[in-house]
Amino acid sequence: MSAPASQPAAQAPRRVGRLEPAALAGVMSRDVAIFGRYWKATTFSSVVQPTIYLLAFGLGLKAIAHLPGHVTYQQYVATGVVATAVLFSSAFPGMFNTFIRWQFQRTYDAILAAPVDVEELITAEVLWISLRAGVYGLAPLAVGFAFGLEARWGMVAVPLIGFLTGFGFACFGVTVAAVAKTIDNFNYITSAVLTPMFLVAGTFFPVTNLPAGVRTIAEINPLYHCVQLVRHASIGGLGTGDIGHAAVLVAFALLMWRVAIAQLGRRLID
Amino acid sequence: MRAAPRVFPLSVAPNNLPAGAGRAAISLAGVRKRFGEITAVDGLDLEVEPGICFGLLGPNGAGKSTTMRMLTAQTLADEGSISVLGYELPRESKQSRLEMGVVPQLDNLDQELTCRQILMVFARLYRVPRAERAAAVERALQIANLTARADTIVKELSGGMRRRLLVGRGLIHRPRLVLLDEPTVGLDPQIRQELWTLIDGLRADGVTVLMSTHYIEEAERLADTVAVMSAGRIIARGTPAELIGAHAGEQVLEVYGPPDRLGEVSELAASNGWISRRSGPAVAILRAETLDGLAPEGIRRPANLEDAFVALTGEEIE
Repeated sequence: MSAPASQPAAQAPRRVGRLEPAALAGVMSRDVAIFGRYWKATTFSSVVQPTIYLLAFGLGLKAIAHLPGHVTYQQYVATGVVATAVLFSSAFPGMFNTFIRWQFQRTYDAILAAPVDVEELITAEVLWISLRAGVYGLAPLAVGFAFGLEARWGMVAVPLIGFLTGFGFACFGVTVAAVAKTIDNFNYITSAVLTPMFLVAGTFFPVTNLPAGVRTIAEINPLYHCVQLVRHASIGGLGTGDIGHAAVLVAFALLMWRVAIAQLGRRLID
Repeated sequence: MRAAPRVFPLSVAPNNLPAGAGRAAISLAGVRKRFGEITAVDGLDLEVEPGICFGLLGPNGAGKSTTMRMLTAQTLADEGSISVLGYELPRESKQSRLEMGVVPQLDNLDQELTCRQILMVFARLYRVPRAERAAAVERALQIANLTARADTIVKELSGGMRRRLLVGRGLIHRPRLVLLDEPTVGLDPQIRQELWTLIDGLRADGVTVLMSTHYIEEAERLADTVAVMSAGRIIARGTPAELIGAHAGEQVLEVYGPPDRLGEVSELAASNGWISRRSGPAVAILRAETLDGLAPEGIRRPANLEDAFVALTGEEIE
């Protein structure tokens, strides 16, 4: 067996900085390797789920839904389901992957012993989740084409909207994982926070149909702003009003990013 | 009789000359760490010179693992100062982590990935340049003796293979300092021998090794300097020979007999001010070379590190 190729002569070790692309790429390369093993199951669920929603709601509720303008209910639901697809493919991995890798597999302990800090670790994990969420957000549109949704140029913005929304919700999921005592505690969040969030966001019915108080809550919901943007990009056309929606999503993403780093950092470094 | 250690074929020399050669590779001063009511590390002072294998020896709960975690800034000290490879922690900890390798006590490998995938991820995390990554992975596989299992997923590896993979992972970037936290705990004797050979090879290549262990034999065989840790602080340090000489003397007298007899011997030792301990089916009296004619009948043997350890900590360990 041959000796390893000799290394270059002594050199000063490179200096590491904050939020290094090399560290982010390293952590994400691990996610890519794992995705390589599970992409079939993940892709299956992200296509089948919107199809089921479209069939169930699109066929079942179209007679009773009152929609503004000329939008068909199938078009309405197809765009709404983009937001739910993004929510589920970001908040759940944020919660479960974080908890499993941190508590059960201790992967995060291994990574933090390398020249990677908590900020880089969480940012890379969330970036990966939100990139994936942005892509999977397109699945409902693809399904929607079969139900009469027309392809429009504005739809190229959908992955970007999905990425931005997914970033915030992935960080939300990481925060939940950081404060949860056990993985069973996720049930509280799933039933009390995520379920109402995905229903009351203009996904399956307009929030204008809701009583004023509930409507206000819906308008605070970041998912509502995601739905509005996706719908405008895919059906109505984006306008200046959408800057406000985008601003809410950016603010939500930035806020949750810092919260996730602070909360999980507190638990990872003792 | 023991199996011949398998020879690890490769040099694991670091590619960088130590920047602060001559200075301590690791330095802790007045370090304290509390977890609620428990003080895990209680005023720890420790200096590890570059190029040596340093054994941190202590019973479970002495604070060894907390100390190891503090050296990677995964646990932050409440008080005191820590520097590693000349970098001040926790501020410059990321820089020091770039130049050192860590082999954890607990298996924290990705169960779903193959050996090669894991090593590739860590080659990136340790900033091995792209052009050198494939070679670094092959080299780590050879160090871990897992070349034939490179594409096996971790779940299907035996415990010994996983441990070797952990070692290969910690060495992928040719670190000049390696932290080994209980490197051979729970391993069968043959794999332990293999790892000892590897650790010895590291030191021969000029890598500084800090190893925590509660196996006395491990410290005695590998460490140039041993520090005995108890209740969160260092209570003695020196070469194994120095510690044995200072705390256990030259000879130990082992007296065998039925339990009643052993009780009498213990009492006799106590009344004469001899240091003694129960050692399996015998009572061992330390510093046997100084005993006068009162010494009971028994077998004399050279004192070892275990005797010194027990004399120091009052605790029997395996």
